[in-house]
Amino acid sequence: MLKAIISKLRSSPNGLKWIACLGINLAIGSYYSAALVAPASSIKSAWLPGKTTHGHYQIELDCDACHSASNSKEGPTSSDVMQDACIRCHGDQLKDVDTHPAKKFNDPTNAELLATLDAQNCLSCHAEHVPHQTLAMGLTMPADYCWHCHQDVGDSRPSHQGMAFDSCATAGCHNYHDNSALYEKFLDDHFGQPDQLDVAVTPSRNTLASLSGDQLPRKGWSKPAIGLDDADFPETTESNPQLLRDWAETAHAAAGVNCSGCHVTQSEAAQNDDSASWSDSVAMETCGQCHDKQVDTFLDGKHGMRLAAGLTPMTPDQARLPMNHDAAHRELDCNACHNDHRFDTQFAATDACLQCHNDDHSLAHVQSPHGQLWRDEVLHKGEQGTGVSCATCHMPRLEGDDGIWVNHDQNANLRPNEKMAREVCLNCHGLEYSLSALADEELIRNGFAGEPSERNKSVEMAHQWFLERAKKRRPRP
Amino acid sequence: MTISGCSSSEASSAAAGGITPKQFADGVHAVMMADRTVYATHVVTNLKKQEAPVTADEYWQDTENAIPLPAQMFRMGAELVDENPEAGFTYALRSKWPLNEQHQAKTDFEKQALDFISDNPGENFYGEEDLGGKKYFVAVYPDRAVAEACWSCHNDHPNRGEDYPDFAKDDVMGGVLVRVPM
Repeated sequence: MLKAIISKLRSSPNGLKWIACLGINLAIGSYYSAALVAPASSIKSAWLPGKTTHGHYQIELDCDACHSASNSKEGPTSSDVMQDACIRCHGDQLKDVDTHPAKKFNDPTNAELLATLDAQNCLSCHAEHVPHQTLAMGLTMPADYCWHCHQDVGDSRPSHQGMAFDSCATAGCHNYHDNSALYEKFLDDHFGQPDQLDVAVTPSRNTLASLSGDQLPRKGWSKPAIGLDDADFPETTESNPQLLRDWAETAHAAAGVNCSGCHVTQSEAAQNDDSASWSDSVAMETCGQCHDKQVDTFLDGKHGMRLAAGLTPMTPDQARLPMNHDAAHRELDCNACHNDHRFDTQFAATDACLQCHNDDHSLAHVQSPHGQLWRDEVLHKGEQGTGVSCATCHMPRLEGDDGIWVNHDQNANLRPNEKMAREVCLNCHGLEYSLSALADEELIRNGFAGEPSERNKSVEMAHQWFLERAKKRRPRP
Repeated sequence: MTISGCSSSEASSAAAGGITPKQFADGVHAVMMADRTVYATHVVTNLKKQEAPVTADEYWQDTENAIPLPAQMFRMGAELVDENPEAGFTYALRSKWPLNEQHQAKTDFEKQALDFISDNPGENFYGEEDLGGKKYFVAVYPDRAVAEACWSCHNDHPNRGEDYPDFAKDDVMGGVLVRVPM
């Protein structure tokens, strides 16, 4: 039948044109069909309904990362499929700090408020693929959203009267999801602090205490230190004296971690017969055997989010921030910053960042007061913990149950940047100064060289509120 | 929203799987009150009496050696129930004199219930309420000052308004509200 149609078309006066037209349409259809079922790749860009936000564009070609099926018993809908994806990646980060968690609105008396703004659905405020209506933090609704539920604040807080409806969620004031750096008791506790604290140091790490991972015998890590003569690389492997020297001088050798500890892995096929194979490259999962918190948080951040989604590693040429051209194709994994066998944390803290980052803020760091303090610390002119590297602010040292560890999600305290006040800035600065500086675009651009052009009023307002409350307190008998 | 409030409800006599909504609400309320009374009396008041370094503090999360106030513990429990889809009910604290704005009456039904339990000491308020297109059986129980720590903290609190009463033992300070979807 097909032959008959083709021969009929050939014999018609416009037959060739018809065949060409059909062929083009078939080719277009095939292209789009292939794009629909293809794994994440540039071919899928044909199906992108619009540009994604800066938070998601790295994984935008993996449609399934957000549009995978819901586990809901009632079956997936276009909205709850997305909700699943949001919670999968951001649920843990919001745990315990979210000021507006979904559970808060389960109280049936909130039905009226939910009818105004469905605060139980992430997509009510954060739609994707709509760049023309996307504001900072991926907000895709008018910025006066706070007012619709909190109109009474003007009456209950005279200090807030006259403020613009769209000014609630601005730097130094309120943050819809995490108000922990801005809630009134915290603000008042830090009232009157000087801009520069007398003792200005970052928390001191305890590497061994902060290690975790299923391969790590937690409290019983007592392997003796080993040296060059103990290196157990196979004879068939060509040794590199510099790499061996680097390894022997670093914490891994001191903690008894031999070459085989990282380079010998059991492949899935070999697991049954206990055989193992040597690999020159070391997978991130291997690092995670002892450094799992660091690996997990790396995967949460922009550097590792592609790996977390099962995609190829991120490369700087995929970034929207300006990057160095010669670093365009570097792949981001643990070794990208902790390179070779030195795993040098000082190098990783600033120099590694500047291998790729080429924006004003990054470039200004070296000459900034922060950068000078960092240089002094590296050169042993300044005390340990007094320098401010890129990592000091963007990969802060946090106190956890197992001691102080480094959060490798470099984006965790930038959503929004007021969060940095609590986790980072307050190690060295007063809160009012910190909030003021974090709200100053020019200071951010120049690496915090200079003073904030405006001072934030939140700390003073909270302090006044507590003073007024104290006046109302009845004298105790 | 429709309201049908009274001191006893037809819903309370309608069997639902062997137990009426009223029996269910009375039961969970009994457990809540028992737990909170023990916390207020034997934990918070005891700490105060001992002048212990640990105190119950409104800002317990950012205060060293601090534990939550009884009302905060109660609210946190309610939030955990809120996020449990198997719980099948919600509960909350409400008051005509709330120190926390979040605890004021949210609906006309709730206002009516708070007035009723204030005007009729010893009685509960039961009724039905339509919210967001769903019908609920609602039970409101008087919330009394059971421990010295409760009324002394409330009487002394800087959030108290001009018309705030001076509470004493056994006074009704608000209501505990249990809402069961029907």
